[in-house]
Amino acid sequence: MLYIDSIRKGIVIDHIKVGCGFKIFKYLKLDKADFTVALIMNAPSKKYGRKDMIKIENTINIDLRMLGFIDPNITVNIIENEKITEKINLSLPTRVENIIKCKNPRCITSSERYIMHRFILIDEEKGIYKCEYCDHIYSWEG
Amino acid sequence: MSKVKHLIDPQDISLDEINELIQLGEEISNNPERYNNVCNGKILGTLFYEPSTRTRLSFESAMIRLGGQVIGFSEIGSSSIMKGESIPDTVRTIGSYVDIIAMRHPKEGAPKYASYFSPVPLINAGDGGHQHPTQTLTDLITIHKVKGGFSNLTIGFCGDLKFGRTVHSLIKAMSRYTNISFILISPNELKVPNYIKTEILDKNNLKYIEVEKLEDLIQELDILYMTRVQKERFFNEADYIRLKDSYILDKSKMELAKKDLIVLHPLPRVNEISYEVDKDPRACYFMQVKYGMYARMALISKLLEVM
Repeated sequence: MLYIDSIRKGIVIDHIKVGCGFKIFKYLKLDKADFTVALIMNAPSKKYGRKDMIKIENTINIDLRMLGFIDPNITVNIIENEKITEKINLSLPTRVENIIKCKNPRCITSSERYIMHRFILIDEEKGIYKCEYCDHIYSWEG
Repeated sequence: MSKVKHLIDPQDISLDEINELIQLGEEISNNPERYNNVCNGKILGTLFYEPSTRTRLSFESAMIRLGGQVIGFSEIGSSSIMKGESIPDTVRTIGSYVDIIAMRHPKEGAPKYASYFSPVPLINAGDGGHQHPTQTLTDLITIHKVKGGFSNLTIGFCGDLKFGRTVHSLIKAMSRYTNISFILISPNELKVPNYIKTEILDKNNLKYIEVEKLEDLIQELDILYMTRVQKERFFNEADYIRLKDSYILDKSKMELAKKDLIVLHPLPRVNEISYEVDKDPRACYFMQVKYGMYARMALISKLLEVM
């Protein structure tokens, strides 16, 4: 049995789709953190069977929109004095900026230097986004 | 119309605004001399990042016929873009010299990006294989003139539906009218992109079918929109050579069609319509060219708020 100590003050990102924990860990640059962090993969979950989870012993400014884009089922728990003080449920963001890149080689984002990659949610049920510039269709593939 | 600053996508303008533009375009075509001074003192900037003859000349002649003047470039080799200038910098600079910009770019979404920085109205004059809204105005004004309206029509699009920006724009525009159905005729490799199906056709519950042979359903059509397989959109020349002659509209195929069919084509034509079809009264593609200029005259006048 694997035990990870509870944290006194910080953030727990829970119910991450299995396999996505490492991506979020890298995106939040937690591999470079100088505070305690734990990435737990394939943990048992009553809700989903298996899940990934990240515990962060610090207050960091998390880009919640990005987490919602990866998986709207993720929950973010804010911890104070070892207790959950706030539970944040995510949803698919209506706009996603500079998180993924447009893969269409004909898109203007492939050649302009300082352009921001932007995607707009067009189908909430299926989680489909389109590139704001070229209309190319995307969904999060993990 | 005063709220419309840029025209990037056909859906940037409402159906009322389209009707206004069509009416004005038709009015200009009937009395061109009445409009030959309305843009006196105004300058159109043509930023053509890829070669174009007819669209650029159509914009230029439209502005000159309105009494305005034109500056710009028609190839990037003679411009600061070769020095690495970005789109925002080019548009901010040229936007200080001119009153309105027409932009053609090989990359999809470039005019939209440019519009975020342009201090003057910016018109998308074609972006890669994506959109071409002023060609759509041209198509609409021609359809209106010949068919008298936009409802209850079966429209066939034939050829390169993947990279055919004029096809994407016209589908977007026509999807807003009642009882429209589409027959999409293309080789498997050149089918309409998914975003058109997801966002336009499926979302609006429009009737459409995808087929590979033109002769199978030509008899169903009220409008046949032919397109060229565009060499410049292919990364692989072998694919272009294999697909370029997929469809050739000739006299025998025209015999299968309705008597009141109209044949449209954004031009230039390569060999997808036989020259023998030109004499057929149902061939409206050269009429389209003339209306394109009037449509652009109407659009420029409206965006500059001189009308």
